[in-house]
Amino acid sequence: MKIDRIKYDDPVEFSLEIAVDRIENMLEGDYRLSKRAVGLLLLQEDEDILGIVREKEPGKINEIVEIVEEVKKHYSHPLDYVITMRRQEEARRISSLVEENTGGGKFSLREWLSRITMNPLTGIPILFAALYWGLYKFVGELGAGVVVDFLEEAVFERYVSAFFISLADSAIPWPVLRDLFVGEYGVITLGIRYALALILPIVTMFFLVFSVIEDSGYLPRLAMLIDRVFKKIGLSGRAVIPMVLGLGCATMATMVTRTLPTKRERVISTMLLALAVPCSAQLGVIVGLLGGRRGAVLVWAGVIGFVFLFIGYLTAKVLPGERPTFYMEVPPLRFPNISNVLIKTFARVKWYLKEILPVFILASVMIWLGKLTGLFEAVIRALEVPTRLMGLPRESAHVFLFGFFRRDYGAAGLYDLAREGVLTGVQLVVACIALTLFLPCVAQFLVNIKERGWKTAIAISAFVLVFSFTVAAAVNYALLFLGVSL
Amino acid sequence: MQLTDRAEEILEKIWVETMERKKVPDTVLLLDDPAFSELTKGGYILLGSKKILTNKGEEEGKQCVRRHRLAERLLSDVFQIKGANVHEAGCKLEHALKRGLEDRICTLLGHPRTCPHGTPIPPGKCCGKGARELKSLIAPLSDLKKGQKGKIAYIQTTDRSMLRKIMAMGALPGSNVKLIERFPSYVFEVGESQFAVDRGAAAKIHVWV
Repeated sequence: MKIDRIKYDDPVEFSLEIAVDRIENMLEGDYRLSKRAVGLLLLQEDEDILGIVREKEPGKINEIVEIVEEVKKHYSHPLDYVITMRRQEEARRISSLVEENTGGGKFSLREWLSRITMNPLTGIPILFAALYWGLYKFVGELGAGVVVDFLEEAVFERYVSAFFISLADSAIPWPVLRDLFVGEYGVITLGIRYALALILPIVTMFFLVFSVIEDSGYLPRLAMLIDRVFKKIGLSGRAVIPMVLGLGCATMATMVTRTLPTKRERVISTMLLALAVPCSAQLGVIVGLLGGRRGAVLVWAGVIGFVFLFIGYLTAKVLPGERPTFYMEVPPLRFPNISNVLIKTFARVKWYLKEILPVFILASVMIWLGKLTGLFEAVIRALEVPTRLMGLPRESAHVFLFGFFRRDYGAAGLYDLAREGVLTGVQLVVACIALTLFLPCVAQFLVNIKERGWKTAIAISAFVLVFSFTVAAAVNYALLFLGVSL
Repeated sequence: MQLTDRAEEILEKIWVETMERKKVPDTVLLLDDPAFSELTKGGYILLGSKKILTNKGEEEGKQCVRRHRLAERLLSDVFQIKGANVHEAGCKLEHALKRGLEDRICTLLGHPRTCPHGTPIPPGKCCGKGARELKSLIAPLSDLKKGQKGKIAYIQTTDRSMLRKIMAMGALPGSNVKLIERFPSYVFEVGESQFAVDRGAAAKIHVWV
């Protein structure tokens, strides 16, 4: 079958066909595309190609723009619409030659499943079930509980740390230098231990769940269910992708906000990711900390959910801009391909490790330096003020200092503290709330600067710093006032 | 008394000049035109007044513009006539649309708000409350029932980026659509694909039911 090139010779005096012919003959540069294609793109007012042509044909660009303007007058619809319609017509003609619709088409199980995920009556329970089993049970209880306990105690403490401690004892004669590697905040005993034994398993399991959800085609259905709620906070359903990814790693998610169509949506989602979306490492540690205390989990989730919506709503009110439009393809549900899921998970974990390991090691070194110079103590003392306001013991101040480096690093510190049994139920919830809302980690802060610019990034951080302590302190007073024990 | 076609044309031009462009129309050349004196005698125009149009003239002018733009919509969306022909044919057709016929066409087209060139169509009696109660042949996708099928008639938007989004989904005139879900978002099937959109986008896609 021969496919002719599509003609645009509509019955108007100055048709697209005449115009594209004329433009084609004017173009002299090399565009790697056919000149006709360049001409058609120019007629569709494609900004990128217009820029390139302006560079390559400086003498002719004005005349070309004039031609485009002239053709526009002869058509009652925008030219890109006319061209798309003509192409569609041709595509329909070609497919009608080779394709026959036999009608029927059974209502498959796949389609049925797809419908129940999109019907709010069944879809919302399915959403909660996915969150409960995927995040709470799998990542939280299995990942942060069972796997972390095993790696921490059975592997790391018994073998890895023990090995390096004895190695350091015999090889490094100076206690100060020994502290750098195997001390309380040592590079190996703290930095690498947190990264590999605590955070890595949790993050790996989250990325595994995320890849399965992503490949099954569930995300657009989630977007469709949540669009109305997200519109209230100035976002569209499309923003669920960075938000859900943010439950894994907010740094990665902030980069993904690039896919959102307007600047306003990007700023709002960056703000919410920095403030109210806990990353998987945090989530895992928090589930581990609050696990078994159902009331505590509910208070935590309620406060974070409220802050997310409330701050989103306020930010949307403050930032001027249009209401976003939601449109998204809903692909058929598919059974995820296991090797694809594994490859994606591996790639994300690799990226993550490359990202966090240096920060964790750097943090350990900084703390070591800070302790040597006394700066560490000074910052801890400064942090004791908000710590006291939140009703937390003074030891927890260092958790927030760790939180500056990475939120999960701080959360991991809280984990250690809780295991020592120094925190009550209320204190645990308050600490978890403060840490969830607390400053974005160094990596996320850097990405915020890169993606949003200095001013926005610093404004967001300053707001988050004050706001997180305020909310946590308020929750503390409210819980104490009501006499709740969790 | 029925105005002649020529008189309607003049009234329409004066209405567009004064009401939409907020200018004072130049009537010097028209003074000798018999259609013009028809308008002054009929009490549609009062020369020397600031507005030129009388209240009666303003109302009648609005109806003329409405008929003209509805005629253009009909020609371009339903009959697929393109370009300058739309305007010319529209000029002829508008005079045939009288005595409620324009409201029928307006209903048929699903009460469009702009003409194909993007200028607003003055709303008529049929566009107010309860407009949806009349059975339209063309309705916005957002008014379809769950499971209802139709064929896309036209896309009603002057917002280029919205038009691009709708084009990117392949929701183009002539395509068959089926509404799959309408809450919390609209999900429709076009071609072999399904798309989720919000109410704003679904309301722009007008469908032959």
